[in-house]
Amino acid sequence: MHDTSLIELSDFCSQVRRDIVRMVHAVASGHPGGSLGCTEYITALYQSEMNHSADKFDMDGKGEDLFFLSNGHISPVLYSVLARTGYFEVNELNTFRKLNTRLQGHPTTHEGLPGVRVASGSLGQGLSVGIGAALAKKLNNDSGIIYTLHGDGEIQEGQIWEAALYAAGNKVDNIISCIDYNHKQIDGDIDDVLPLGDLKAKWEAFGWQVMEMDGNNMEQVIATLRQAKAATGKGVPIMLIMKTEMGKGVDFMMGTHKWHGSPPNDEQLKSALSQLEETLGDY
Amino acid sequence: MKEYPVLGNKDTRSGFGDGLTELGKSNPKVVALCADLTGSLKMNQFENDNPERFFQVGIAEANMIGIAAGLTIGGKIPFTGTFANFSTSRVYDQIRQSVAYSNKNVKICASHAGLTLGEDGATHQVLEDIGMMKMLPHMTVINPCDYNQTKAATIAIADHVGPVYLRFGRPKMPIFISENTPFVIGKALLLNEGTDVTIVATGHLVWPAIEAGKALAEKGISAEIINIHTIKPLDEEAILKSVAKTGCIVSAEEHQIAGGLGESIAQVLSRNNPLPQEFVAVNDSFGESGSPAELMEKYGLDTPNIIAAAEKVITRK
Repeated sequence: MHDTSLIELSDFCSQVRRDIVRMVHAVASGHPGGSLGCTEYITALYQSEMNHSADKFDMDGKGEDLFFLSNGHISPVLYSVLARTGYFEVNELNTFRKLNTRLQGHPTTHEGLPGVRVASGSLGQGLSVGIGAALAKKLNNDSGIIYTLHGDGEIQEGQIWEAALYAAGNKVDNIISCIDYNHKQIDGDIDDVLPLGDLKAKWEAFGWQVMEMDGNNMEQVIATLRQAKAATGKGVPIMLIMKTEMGKGVDFMMGTHKWHGSPPNDEQLKSALSQLEETLGDY
Repeated sequence: MKEYPVLGNKDTRSGFGDGLTELGKSNPKVVALCADLTGSLKMNQFENDNPERFFQVGIAEANMIGIAAGLTIGGKIPFTGTFANFSTSRVYDQIRQSVAYSNKNVKICASHAGLTLGEDGATHQVLEDIGMMKMLPHMTVINPCDYNQTKAATIAIADHVGPVYLRFGRPKMPIFISENTPFVIGKALLLNEGTDVTIVATGHLVWPAIEAGKALAEKGISAEIINIHTIKPLDEEAILKSVAKTGCIVSAEEHQIAGGLGESIAQVLSRNNPLPQEFVAVNDSFGESGSPAELMEKYGLDTPNIIAAAEKVITRK
């Protein structure tokens, strides 16, 4: 990867992070922590690695790679990246979580927002949906890849493991899933709420090929995604275990679970924005 | 009373299986998923004919609903198959978010609904499914009454864009709807014209309603009998037109009173033309083991109960 594109992606991330904190601050609600942590990953997908069409959104997405956000509460990062990739006007970020918005608290198809193909928010459902979309691609002889993202807390849901069994047992090998392993959930550290144990060994035991990466290191994210793409079509589904820092990029939001679903106040917003360069222009 | 000769004796689930087999031949977009009950749902023929379009998901109903939702993204028309209990209450949130709210073109096909599942008992005898499904925005709810109607309904829902709940059952029942009767979603079937009382029945209660109509005719009571196969959207016009003539109504269904067809009818009456109604349905109770006939008698869902309800509601006019 050229250094210039890495710099461009890093600039993009800085703007996305500004959008995230401004969006949740404006309505005093929403989930900044996980959004900030997954900024590199979502940016890498939409700005670099996925084959997709932003200007003419089509629900079926034939011939395209498709992304499903299963942990729908990190909608701010998805909305910002979608808008800044051209799915809809950047100014629409202004409407996040407000009455009559297409940018609902959790992503939905209901209001017709381009870029969203299924509702998410109630956790644990996106892997199954992704597998279904992957099966449709196979039936349609479509070489597109399905991407799904999940919170680490989310995989405490049983449906995830039903889907894990299915994908490996049926050789669904056109899917690249990812767990945002920030080790935190609403009530605290994962290990205090419900430990996940050896996550890599668990997914491997379920028959998935597992790759690990630092999700806040763009170079590593890109390299791992390329490695994962090269590993598709070999009879095995792929899981990326992505270590991230919840709240990444805003010092006082890092190292704690407290910013999972809390917005900054005016002063905190000012402090956050002082740490994030405005690179592409605020909405 | 109009005559309804018995054309045969078959289970409604076979109507589903045969309808699905036809769709396998006629519509390449149709795919089917099953949670380890292929034989019970009569999906074997579809599986044999179209192995690449059949997905065995194992005993993992939540995953099945999610995969079905995903298959629609790419233009497929998925039919999911399992028992009614596991098609609804077990996966309600998956249906709510991934199918109904997302408005996905998934057909949730549910067998062994109600008491007539029989000996397996209350764990499997779901009597709340119509209520759960009709409460979901975007969802169409259909409960056909015999083999022919179930087959026709199965074929019809493939052409309807949007989520559908199709409910059918296990036991063999008389076939009395002719195979060339068109199935129109949301359109009631007038089975007998009458003037004294309207009897509206769905699913396995339609045949007992016809039998009740015969017995009532012998007593000099003229019953109008309507088959509602589509509980949502409800054919309000047909119901209001009938009660305007008869002045009272009996609803009959293999479901709880709460949440059922009768409840939907009561809502229509209260908003438009409040008239006496009697409910032939299960009254806030779980089922139990027993033969289908024994259970329908014990829980008040057989022909004598419809007759008694009709006679009672006439006195309340």
